[in-house]
Amino acid sequence: MTTPLVTATGLSKHFEVGGGGFFGLRKAATLKAVDEVSFTINAGETLGLVGESGCGKSTLGRLLLRLIEPTSGTITFDGNDITRIGRMEMRGYRRSMQIIFQDPYGALNPRMSVEDIIAEPLVIHGERPGAETRRKVTEMLGKVGLPARALDRFPHEFSGGQRQRIGIARALVLHPRLIVCDEAVSALDVSVQAQIVNLLQDLQREMGLTYLFIAHDLSVVRHISDRVAVMYLGKVVEVADKKTIYAAPLHPYTQALIAAVPAQHPAQRSRGRRQRIAGDIPSALNPPSGCRFHTRCPHVMPVCRERAPELREAAAGHQVACHLTDT
Amino acid sequence: MNLLEVRGLTTAFMTGRGEVNAIEEVSFSLKEGEILGIVGESGSGKSVTALTVMGLLPQPPARVAAGEVVFNGQNLTRMSDRDMQRIRGPGISMIFQEPMTSLNPVFSIGDQIMETIAAHERLSQADLRKRAIDMLDKVGIPSASKRLDDYPHQMSGGQRQRVMIAMALACNPKLLIADEPTTALDVTIQAQILDLLMDLRDEFGMAIMIITHNMGVIAETADRVLVMYAGRVIEEAPVAQVFDRPLHPYTRGLLECVPSLTEDKPRLVAIPGTLPEPARRPPGCRFAPRCSHALPACSEAIPGLELLEPAHAVACFRAKELAPA
Repeated sequence: MTTPLVTATGLSKHFEVGGGGFFGLRKAATLKAVDEVSFTINAGETLGLVGESGCGKSTLGRLLLRLIEPTSGTITFDGNDITRIGRMEMRGYRRSMQIIFQDPYGALNPRMSVEDIIAEPLVIHGERPGAETRRKVTEMLGKVGLPARALDRFPHEFSGGQRQRIGIARALVLHPRLIVCDEAVSALDVSVQAQIVNLLQDLQREMGLTYLFIAHDLSVVRHISDRVAVMYLGKVVEVADKKTIYAAPLHPYTQALIAAVPAQHPAQRSRGRRQRIAGDIPSALNPPSGCRFHTRCPHVMPVCRERAPELREAAAGHQVACHLTDT
Repeated sequence: MNLLEVRGLTTAFMTGRGEVNAIEEVSFSLKEGEILGIVGESGSGKSVTALTVMGLLPQPPARVAAGEVVFNGQNLTRMSDRDMQRIRGPGISMIFQEPMTSLNPVFSIGDQIMETIAAHERLSQADLRKRAIDMLDKVGIPSASKRLDDYPHQMSGGQRQRVMIAMALACNPKLLIADEPTTALDVTIQAQILDLLMDLRDEFGMAIMIITHNMGVIAETADRVLVMYAGRVIEEAPVAQVFDRPLHPYTRGLLECVPSLTEDKPRLVAIPGTLPEPARRPPGCRFAPRCSHALPACSEAIPGLELLEPAHAVACFRAKELAPA
């Protein structure tokens, strides 16, 4: 039985960029960072969100938490529309939705002790710092695998992996239901990355968490996710359960993305054997007409230049936005 | 004869806590046309190794405390700065992780490529321009003659890395050092750049030293592999051997902790603990505190790199008994 925890419907975020200049003569352009995206995250699952730089995956993660305001579209959390509710009401929901950032160095205030960092969300939500917050912080430290003596220490005394554990403890101290992991393991060395991935999975089971796991590393996403969504230039181009999307991707971009992952053994070297997509990711300021992938797509047809394909159900639980499958 | 011989290289840095060895007793060699992969996590010393070979570390605070680098029969460690200038370019060239910071933003890419060539060869302006266009063509920049006058900010990350490669290859180096050449790039662009490096090796026959933290990049490109940990080489072998028969517990861990693109693993095999900082390295085998096979003896002496099988060397006291049958 799956119940949606978060649903985005036609969600967009457009930024006005480049305006102003001499006497305001330069014209502003619209950057469609996220464009009419719809998807659902079910309670207790991990939805992986992959795509290359500039595809809008981080913006989408922040939109869901309303850390940035959407231009249009709606977000529902636990059945309630949270798109236009006021600050105070939103604050109530914020307890239930938290984010873990990529850079464990930049995300922690260097002047605050570990106790203050982890207790901060509690204090913001009205608790008085004291024995009770200290107990909660100590409990969280234990959960993320840090000793209680870490309480009085400062971020610079910890390694990257340990700092990420502190970031996780801070995100979890309010016992949220949804965690957006924005490239949460990308900056870590692989031997440490595996520890943090395991920790995130343990905590999910223990605390019944729902994850939106944003990353560019396709093998980490496959490992941790139940379902995976692929983004390209502000659009979700394919969503399916992880086994299907990695074994039988339908969108040519998903296929190219998976084919570009380096081999895991020299015997499977991809040069000359796997199809490469040529060219660079076009600018999001001036995206191609029709299907945004058509400039790089090996299967491009005339219709792809004219009309943007819609995200449609190609098989049960497998959605794809491509004219090839639109028959 | 080997193109490059590095013997017992130790590079030390002066720090607030005294002198610290960034790399210790690093030895390896490289033949013409060979691709050597150097893999390691942060603080393993892979970049310091490359920069020492290139003679690009500021001295002080850096100092080659022991060992030597012999390139094409010449000892680089004892060479003057002026002579070293003549090695860089036609002898050894280097590309870096971040092409944006390696390119000068106020000069066109054509000027920057031509400057490199002009530093080593006497050519007319027209010939310089022709060579630069030629190089951009070779690295797969479309309509090269038009792009020559573009500035770095007008190009994408992948194109900038192609420009860096064009610049590095402009003087036909015998050895190209590529330090994390694809780390800042997206995966579809990374595949293009790795293909390009392999194509150029096949075309020009230059040797490549590719430095990376990514075992996938190693699997895609390397002929032979050097695994580094905490400043020391801990394993060296042909690429297939490293993946099929890793002999050092760290190499095994490094291969196991990467999730698979095709198989389901219920849980990742993580290596406990963290990488030691150069100033706080443990005594004895540097990996011992994180190693599940460590014995008390491992923390007493540093194991040397020894040939355990043909062309396969490992620095571990227990490698022989732990080796898979």
